[in-house]
Amino acid sequence: MSFDAANLLPILPEIAVLVTASTVLVLDLYLEERNKGLNHSLSLLGLVVALLLTGFVGGGETQILFDGNLVRDAMSDLLKGAILVVSLLAFIYARPWLKDRGMLVGEFYVLGLLAVLGMLIMVSANSFLTLYLGLELQALSLYALVAFERDSKRGAEAAMKYFVLGALGSGMLLYGISMVYGATGSIELGPVAQAIAEQGMSNKVLVFGIVFMVIGIGFKFGAVPFHMWVPDIYEGAPTPAVLILGSAPKIAAFALAVRILIDAMQGLHADWRDMLVILAVLSMGLGNLVAIAQSNIKRMLAYSTISHVGFIFLGLLAGSDQGYAAAMFYSIVYAVMATGAFGILIILSRTGFDAERLEDLKGLNDRDPWYAAMMALVMFSMAGVPPTVGFMAKLLVLEAVVRIDMVWLALVAVFFSIIGAFYYLRVVKYIYFDKPAEDAPVLATTGGVRVAMTFNGLSLLALGMFPAALLTLCQSAFV
Amino acid sequence: MNDFPLLTLTIWLPILGGLVVLANGEKSRDLSRWTALAFATLTFLVSLGLWIGFDASTAQMQFVERSPWIPTFNVEYFLGVDGISMPLIVLTTFITIFVVIAGWEVIKYKQTQYLAAFLIMDGIMVGVFSALDAVLFYVFWEAMLIPMFIIIGVWGGPNRVYATIKFFLYTFFGSVFMLIALIYMYFQSGSFSILDFHSLQLGMTAQTLIFIAFLLAFAVKVPMFPVHTWLPDAHVEAPTGGSVILAAIMLKIGGYGFLRFSLPITPDASASLDWLIIALSLIAIVYIGFVALVQQDMKKLIAYSSIAHMGFVTLGFFIVFSILANPAVDSGSVMGIEGGMVQMISHGFISGALFLCVGVLYDRVHSREIADYGGVINTMPWFGAFMVYFAMANAGLPGTSGFVGEFMVILATFKADFWWAFLAATTLILAAAFTLWMVKRVVFGEVKNEKVAALADLDIRERINLGVLAAAVLALGLWPAPLMNVMHATVENLVTQVSVCKLPDAERGQCELMRPEAVAAVAVRSE
Repeated sequence: MSFDAANLLPILPEIAVLVTASTVLVLDLYLEERNKGLNHSLSLLGLVVALLLTGFVGGGETQILFDGNLVRDAMSDLLKGAILVVSLLAFIYARPWLKDRGMLVGEFYVLGLLAVLGMLIMVSANSFLTLYLGLELQALSLYALVAFERDSKRGAEAAMKYFVLGALGSGMLLYGISMVYGATGSIELGPVAQAIAEQGMSNKVLVFGIVFMVIGIGFKFGAVPFHMWVPDIYEGAPTPAVLILGSAPKIAAFALAVRILIDAMQGLHADWRDMLVILAVLSMGLGNLVAIAQSNIKRMLAYSTISHVGFIFLGLLAGSDQGYAAAMFYSIVYAVMATGAFGILIILSRTGFDAERLEDLKGLNDRDPWYAAMMALVMFSMAGVPPTVGFMAKLLVLEAVVRIDMVWLALVAVFFSIIGAFYYLRVVKYIYFDKPAEDAPVLATTGGVRVAMTFNGLSLLALGMFPAALLTLCQSAFV
Repeated sequence: MNDFPLLTLTIWLPILGGLVVLANGEKSRDLSRWTALAFATLTFLVSLGLWIGFDASTAQMQFVERSPWIPTFNVEYFLGVDGISMPLIVLTTFITIFVVIAGWEVIKYKQTQYLAAFLIMDGIMVGVFSALDAVLFYVFWEAMLIPMFIIIGVWGGPNRVYATIKFFLYTFFGSVFMLIALIYMYFQSGSFSILDFHSLQLGMTAQTLIFIAFLLAFAVKVPMFPVHTWLPDAHVEAPTGGSVILAAIMLKIGGYGFLRFSLPITPDASASLDWLIIALSLIAIVYIGFVALVQQDMKKLIAYSSIAHMGFVTLGFFIVFSILANPAVDSGSVMGIEGGMVQMISHGFISGALFLCVGVLYDRVHSREIADYGGVINTMPWFGAFMVYFAMANAGLPGTSGFVGEFMVILATFKADFWWAFLAATTLILAAAFTLWMVKRVVFGEVKNEKVAALADLDIRERINLGVLAAAVLALGLWPAPLMNVMHATVENLVTQVSVCKLPDAERGQCELMRPEAVAAVAVRSE
């Protein structure tokens, strides 16, 4: 393995994030309390630089780096960009919450940046080993982030659950990898794909391995029946942590699925397709039905995540380039929507008060019409109502499913999305139809948050009306 | 045709207006009101350009605008109007003006957002009528729900949350299955253009399933029995403007859907299932007519009357097949569809006006119960006159627009089957009974209580509002020819389309059973 420019240049974005994380880690020790804001600015700067570098080194032919351990291709370019943008938004939203609680410390940013680094590595992994390393880097940072509010018992409980179940998921994945390695003799995606093409379905160990890998993917996505951790962690973790773990990691999980199922295991599509059908139907069904019963909005959004995962799986299982592109589009869009939703919850929180119940959204339109409109956009987008992008994402996925003659699956999907529409509408109801509580203060937010939220909300509308550009990018990743 | 994008302007001008009004904020009521009125009027004037520039001699799409939207899926920004959609667009922009005026004084809470919602709604509805790309159509179709959901939920009555969520979920439920049907047809035809769907050959099973998907979507919107139950709730709870838009335009979108999608795309399934639609229409006319009779609430009564009247529309649209199936009858199919169309436009005026009338009373007394009124004419002579006039029109009095459409549909139905026509004609009695009985109890008689005694008559704004609608009802009733002219070529073309068998050769025998003429038409074509 050689560390020359040809190998290092394409991973400049990762390097930038790592350098930022290290700098913040050290610098934080020397910062006085009143200067802690510098951590924030520096992290944002690091992400912006990484974003620019992604654009700079991106494009062009696929590059295999470090003896086949990493890859930079059209998909990794786009997904890295999306992860960085979403994380940027998340960091901006998180600041007032952290500041109010005197938690504007370096650790949050170090952990957050390391999680982002883990995701970037997952996205550009070209062997099971790098994939796993990236996944664990992301997961360990997130476990710590969930427990970030040291005095909170709920946070500690959530972190514990997350850690145990996350480790279980990773273990499953690793077990699957070991079997595939046994069957194919390689952990690099390319050779694995080749070996599968040669020996086909005959190898039982291989099929066994893929079952465990799908389970691992299911865990990381939070698909039913591997979803149990999602609602508890969303509820227990501090909102900024949920903001980070509920948005960009979905994109990374998508990359994980693509690298494993498509780049390595495309030859076994017939096997994993049926598994994904089951996971998708269960996720959409359970996610949407149980979300209705929630009065805690973080829990509700957790179940909503589960149902969206079902839709992402629909695109993946279609097994066509259109399907993969649709799933990719959906993952990115979902991450943007989730950031917006949790961002609003942070905006509604203040010192000593976390907005968690649906009632806390009451009369938002009276308190701040602009944020109300943005939240309504997010909700309509999650429900899949045009002209928001949520509709386009669903349309593309359904199109991919109908294309492979699985009309029944499309019907199931739309049926559950009708049920899902109800609880999103209920949020809009609280925002617009109810009067605010007597003691609800005026929302005071800094300009940066408002700008970010405006960008976030309006991008849902803009992408819904002009989806062609993003869609073309997604499709170029799968040709 | 010139290249000026008139349709785009008609769609986006009111939406832009809505945003401008929103940007005004709540500070100056007058500023937002006048801006809203200016944009609504301007949009109406622009849409008049469609009427003036329309070439009534052809069934071709006019004012066509076509540019790629999502190229990878062949989705286009494809607009155009024909004789069916153009009058509905003009109706939409026309009615919106009255809605803006009706909310002038009464809406106190967040009036800016109220007006903006209606302006945005205006643009979206025009978009539904002019979209010729299925995805674009669907986007507008669903987008319509958002402002309406908020209008009912924010400015509605006490039970508004229940009503608006019911409204949203019912319509959402209906339309998602249509989406699947549209995607399916995209894979059959390779494009999302509705015109390509029209020329698509589909087997009987596929046609039937697509027909049912469309039926779910449009029947909920129209609404037809038995999926009509959202309408009375939504109407009762909606603010006056919301009721007017619902009754006058949103219901028409369901009817329009039948003409644009069901009939031309699935003519054979329509022909084999026409009994279902006719039965449901007759139930709507007769049964819902009786239901309207017993209502205590004026808005509910008008809502049920709307369902009954929309029954006429669907009856007119689907009676075509019985006429085509009977070689002895050589005319009437065009009349049925045209009758349905006239009925839609006329019902837009009349139901809109009736809801405005109820709104006038509600603004003053804050009750919609018939029992709370009596002898209104003693204190409000102007209002009494308008109310009686529109009630007569609703009952189908000759000379008003209500008569024309109903008469044409009944006449067409007569050619198909005497007993159907007989049932349909009972509406002349029923509608008279429920509307006039309501008028008798509300408008005439002794002054019932001191609230009625204290009523102030219509102010100049309300008089103009109702007066213009009254003139429109009268004009359409006495001289419907201009409207019929505009749509005639298109409807004739539509009848030709439905009489062509679209089944593949192997199944063509089924056409012969249902429409002997149809096979003949195909035979002539293939020569």
